[in-house]
Amino acid sequence: MNGPDLQRSLQLFERMLLIRRMEERLGDLGKAGELPGNVHLYIGQEAVATGVCAHLDDSDWVASTHRGHGHFLAKGGDPRAMAAELMGKETGICHGKGGSMHVADVSKGILGANGIVGGGVGLAVGAALGAQLDGEGRVAVVFFGDGASSQGVISEALNIAALWKLPLLLVCENNGFSQFSPYETVNAGDIWRRAEPFGMPGALVDGNDVHAVWRVVGEAVARARSGEGATLIEARTYRWRTHVESEESFLAAPYRTQEEVESWKQRDPISRLEEFLVSEDLEKDVAAIRARVEGVTESAITDALNDPLPPVSRAFEDMFANG
Amino acid sequence: MAKATFLEAIRQAQYEEMSRDERVFIMGEDIICNVFGTTTGFVDAFGTERVRDTPISENGFIGAAGGAAMVGMRPIVDATISSFLYPAMDQIMSIIAKSRYIYGGQARLPLVIRSCLFYGNSNAAQHSDRNYSMFMNVPGLKIMVPSNAYDMKGMLKAAVRDDDPVLCFEDSTCWMSKADLPDDPDFLIPLGKGDIKREGNDVSIIAIGGAVPLALKAANDLARDGISAEVVDPRSLVPLDKELILRSVRKTGRAITVDPAHQTCSAGSEIAALIAERAFDALRGPVLRVATADTHLPFSPAIEKALYPSPERIVAAARQLVGIRQPENA
Repeated sequence: MNGPDLQRSLQLFERMLLIRRMEERLGDLGKAGELPGNVHLYIGQEAVATGVCAHLDDSDWVASTHRGHGHFLAKGGDPRAMAAELMGKETGICHGKGGSMHVADVSKGILGANGIVGGGVGLAVGAALGAQLDGEGRVAVVFFGDGASSQGVISEALNIAALWKLPLLLVCENNGFSQFSPYETVNAGDIWRRAEPFGMPGALVDGNDVHAVWRVVGEAVARARSGEGATLIEARTYRWRTHVESEESFLAAPYRTQEEVESWKQRDPISRLEEFLVSEDLEKDVAAIRARVEGVTESAITDALNDPLPPVSRAFEDMFANG
Repeated sequence: MAKATFLEAIRQAQYEEMSRDERVFIMGEDIICNVFGTTTGFVDAFGTERVRDTPISENGFIGAAGGAAMVGMRPIVDATISSFLYPAMDQIMSIIAKSRYIYGGQARLPLVIRSCLFYGNSNAAQHSDRNYSMFMNVPGLKIMVPSNAYDMKGMLKAAVRDDDPVLCFEDSTCWMSKADLPDDPDFLIPLGKGDIKREGNDVSIIAIGGAVPLALKAANDLARDGISAEVVDPRSLVPLDKELILRSVRKTGRAITVDPAHQTCSAGSEIAALIAERAFDALRGPVLRVATADTHLPFSPAIEKALYPSPERIVAAARQLVGIRQPENA
């Protein structure tokens, strides 16, 4: 598959930048004590969510992870409703009942971030099964990390998805760490190679190269839509920030070197795309996108900060749909 | 209207609901092989798209049922035996029970997870669980434990039409019991409505699942002693028909809960606490619990059978209670 055209590349750039800037602002707010609970930031991994979701419509499904802000925004979730959710506000996408780890917008096909490592896998398999029974050519995508790849449900999902030829993409974002443990200390072999024994295509892609992600995912989505079944994709990337933003307050010892972090920052997916766009004489467009993203981010954060908190009665709502 | 078994009631309920709504499908292990006879004729009627054999991967396929429900399908999962729910506890407890709530009401999860309570037949500890009580401790799951074929048919049909996740526990000691089953395709018994299985004035026996027939037998025996027992069947534990239970206890002034589950934190214990809290003024004695001892179920029939509730244990409890009021008759 060819790479995206320049217009599409600008769109990818804008979406990646929105994820980055929203999370930088939210990370700062968290450090300032303005966010309750814990936040897991996606910074450094933006090319994966963006490259994948660019191939999806609102009628397609994604299931996400505890590090889910990027998936939410890449799939078209509203920045202000997300920010408000992280602040526990009434206007949050889940009325302040889910928080960072559960941002979801079912109307846009976002089946939610998930606090259980590997928790989105079953949901996405089921969404793909629903899509298959519907017969309308929808696809489902599950994002999961290298940590989640060790959960048994992944093996079960690979078998079921291959057996039933489900329209599913299993997208592993290998960011190098299972929580605080480096990949090689808790994982045997390569994740993408686990597809082959099930008779499923598997692919390895540079998760910091949005064009590469876009191409690989485009082929997998086309296969899924045409009834040819599921694909496992491993995107190698790196988490710049903490596992969880509060870790600096409790970690007894560092689990990686600053040099390692810096070396990955040299491969920043956003800078790489920006350099490409500038080399294509799109400097003005890039500047316009930067300004637009700053405006969207600023108003999303400011509006959310001014939003009201939910009434206590909210705690008792939404237990059941019927009675 | 024709007499049919509890298992046939399950088959009819599933068949009728799959005929009515093409979003309803069934999956589980050995569905096509049709082990217990609850899917007889289904492949011919509905095809293998809607009648699916799954790998032995409860975590995977119960999770998938949750996802399919979230995107508009209405799956019925046959998990076979209730102990086999444990590999899928992550899906049931963290995903299925909670998704609607944590997403602020955006999601609906209309699915039914069926499993049987496979106890009393020397299947030893890993196959004999009566585990509905532990699911009551997590909000977000509806739980039904019908005690006869009639209730099973009406409630399972209602469960399939319900927009929330329902755990349907099927007491295997009731499997061969028969009842007249209505043919009306809209015969429904709503979840949350209990039933007085026998009226009485001296003691309320609130019995769950397979304990209901035991309580009815005990009530017969008690009648010969001149004790009039009322047998209350909650039918569903979530929602629980609290008012029906409290009304009965206020009438009789005495209460016994009978639950095939282990006693500690059982549904019977929860109902006992409800009565103590909300009908204390009407009670003429303690609320007694007849349940299974807090030990695992052993294999040998010589030592298994005695651990479960029995008509004799219920009669003894009733006599004890009535005796508190009338010690001269004890």
